[in-house]
Amino acid sequence: MNKQRPVNLELNTISFPPSALVSILHRVTGVALFFALLLVIGAWASSLTSAESFASVTELMNGVIGKLLVIGTVSALTYHILGGVRHMFMDMGHFEELESGNNSAKFIIGLWIALTVVMGVVIW
Amino acid sequence: MVTNQASIKRDGVQDFVSLRTTAIVILAYSIFMLWFFVSTPTVTYEVWSGLFSNLAVKVFTLAALVSVMIHVRIGLWQVLTDYVKPHNVRAVIQFLLNLIAFAYVAVGLFVLWGV
Repeated sequence: MNKQRPVNLELNTISFPPSALVSILHRVTGVALFFALLLVIGAWASSLTSAESFASVTELMNGVIGKLLVIGTVSALTYHILGGVRHMFMDMGHFEELESGNNSAKFIIGLWIALTVVMGVVIW
Repeated sequence: MVTNQASIKRDGVQDFVSLRTTAIVILAYSIFMLWFFVSTPTVTYEVWSGLFSNLAVKVFTLAALVSVMIHVRIGLWQVLTDYVKPHNVRAVIQFLLNLIAFAYVAVGLFVLWGV
């Protein structure tokens, strides 16, 4: 490979088509969920040790930071699932053309925002 | 091919299938937890520990955690090979992340054991 070729890595100047945005968000939410599991499994483990620690975990989760973390985690999981389901459809040969690919990408972003708003309201 | 299937060495087809089968288990578990929270008016400690003392729920939870370990082993490797080019740095990061993923399973096993 010719290493002298010009490389443009100024991501803020590159316009992302919907399908590219969906792809990078799938990665970002995947990595975020891996680290969110530290908190989720930690909270789960201590919530099951005694009634007192269950109460303190509940109290933490009802605080402002706790609620934001819960909403963020649930939102990331929702997105990652939607992106994953889209991948499964693509495995079966759908949404592989430029137009249908971008439309399905726009669809899951719209659905994700709508579901995040609904769950955000319910959790808050 | 035969040696590949019999050893821990991975190939693309294995990764493809493992990523999707583990995703289905995690999806099923997510729907199960959503159903639990929606259908339970108030989650008290009694209800919560009762849920995880059920043998089927223990098995399902452990299956979900093992699925997460396999899923992130492939997914984080895919991300790291794209963004972390020096082999030694990537090897160390992957080692640590896979260790954390194993810890998730181990914590899950011991917690479920005690409920």
